[in-house]
Amino acid sequence: MNKAEILIIDDEPQIQKLLEIILESNGYKVQTAVSGKEGILLAANHPPELIILDLGLPDKSGHEVLKELRSWYTKSILILSVQDSEDAIVAALDSGASDYLTKPFRSGELLARIRASIRRNTINPSITRAQFADLTIDFAARTLLKNNQVVKLTSTEYNLFTLFAKNEGRVLTHQFILKEIWGVGYQLETQYLRVFVGTLRKKIEDNANHPKHLLTESGVGYRFI
Amino acid sequence: MQFAISLALVLVVTIVCFFSSNYIGYRVVALLLLVCVSLLASLFDILPVLFAALISSLSWNFFFIPPIFTFHVSTTEDLLMFLMYFVIAMVNAILTFKIREAESKARDKDEKEKTIKLYTTLLNSLSHEMRTPIATIIAAIDTLKDATHGLTKEQQNQLLEEIERAGMRLNRQVENLLNMNRLETGILLLRRDWCDINEMIFTVIQKFNESACEHELIFHPTESFPLVKIDSGILENVLQNLIHNALQYTPKGSTVRVMTAFSNEILTIVIEDSGPGIPESEIKNVFDKFYRLPNSKAGGVGLGLSIVKGFVEAHGGKIDLENKAEGGVMIQLTLPVEATFISQLKNE
Repeated sequence: MNKAEILIIDDEPQIQKLLEIILESNGYKVQTAVSGKEGILLAANHPPELIILDLGLPDKSGHEVLKELRSWYTKSILILSVQDSEDAIVAALDSGASDYLTKPFRSGELLARIRASIRRNTINPSITRAQFADLTIDFAARTLLKNNQVVKLTSTEYNLFTLFAKNEGRVLTHQFILKEIWGVGYQLETQYLRVFVGTLRKKIEDNANHPKHLLTESGVGYRFI
Repeated sequence: MQFAISLALVLVVTIVCFFSSNYIGYRVVALLLLVCVSLLASLFDILPVLFAALISSLSWNFFFIPPIFTFHVSTTEDLLMFLMYFVIAMVNAILTFKIREAESKARDKDEKEKTIKLYTTLLNSLSHEMRTPIATIIAAIDTLKDATHGLTKEQQNQLLEEIERAGMRLNRQVENLLNMNRLETGILLLRRDWCDINEMIFTVIQKFNESACEHELIFHPTESFPLVKIDSGILENVLQNLIHNALQYTPKGSTVRVMTAFSNEILTIVIEDSGPGIPESEIKNVFDKFYRLPNSKAGGVGLGLSIVKGFVEAHGGKIDLENKAEGGVMIQLTLPVEATFISQLKNE
């Protein structure tokens, strides 16, 4: 039984009620706040394992709340909002959101995102091996195995895969990936990213046309699961 | 600006007439100047036109009515002519202006009526389109709550699925409305970025396949397709709408096929189905807002294709729809795009 605490910051009573039921029935402890101010206060008094934040709050914009929280809160913040413009999502991710989900959402998807986010809170940065279904990466030996067979990766592909592996379940924006792999100044060269994601998928997916690991988040970035 | 042009035109005509007044006589000049004023009246605001009427009458008097180079008029006939010229020019200017004003009022009223009609249609079809799923949800939940019915597990599941479907339908309507608004208000800003078309089509198809699709949905990707610069969110919406239509309006078990091609900086995407096709006489209307085929089945307000068309045109592209000789509908999108074949990229 997990007893992780989750703080919900959302002013819609219906959504609050619904989230409470979904989360409590899955063994989480839930706190709720109806405004940005209250949310920040609650989070400061008793830091939860994860915060679910709506972007449209009555007192201040969710983006501001996010920035304030991020000045000291290091655990996961999941954005749950009706704003589905790609720009709003990218902006939230760039200012420190761990993940996002747009309303309407499926509860299964929400729970999966929450599990992945909480798992990342406790990830040990010095781990040397990680497994994702049929894929195993050995960070020390810089090798990737698929069904126990070595996958030959170029150094860029390996770096890209490592970046995804270390951020399992999380959306990485195009700009973030480009900066991490190719460096500052390459943030707009999305065509590089498309090509390398293509070649990486051919190597790690059973069917590159229907990826199971490296998923596209349309207009935003990629998510590795 | 309009004053300057009026002044210039009157001046030019005056000068030309002045040098040819030996041949045409000074009375014809009055008519020529009147033509000028009428011309200006049909284009400009009232004040510059009145100004033109005034200066043209003065210039006619000064340069043409003998004795020239004075405002003096020697004969009664010329005096009458001069006064009449002045009155006719003014009346001309005012009448033309009034006619134009009346026209623009009528146009405004037409526009307004059209908008009201559009919104009434929208509201009518919307309230119907929204109430149906809402009714489904409320009734299904009542039934589920009322334990006396003794529903079987399977019936309960069916009701739950109906609620789910109703929710999806409502969400789709809202999305279409928002998209229509983006197009109508002109706030649609394209975010073009490099896009892998094959990947996008597979993503869209997968979404349909997940929702227990009773059709055969086929896409064979072209290998080594270039990356193209488009707004992927918008193009995805276009494909979703078109495939949704194809699935909605063809019988179960029909085939829906997506094909792509690229040449001369033009991206072509074709979506064809093996359904019954569309009556030839209706094809020209299918992209109109709120248009629905006669006798088409319930569901939908007739916004999908008009949004698709708007989105495609926002990309500078074209959409064509025709019946195939062997049956079924073929929709072809042609989009001018920037493309890149990255084969020389360093990968080591």
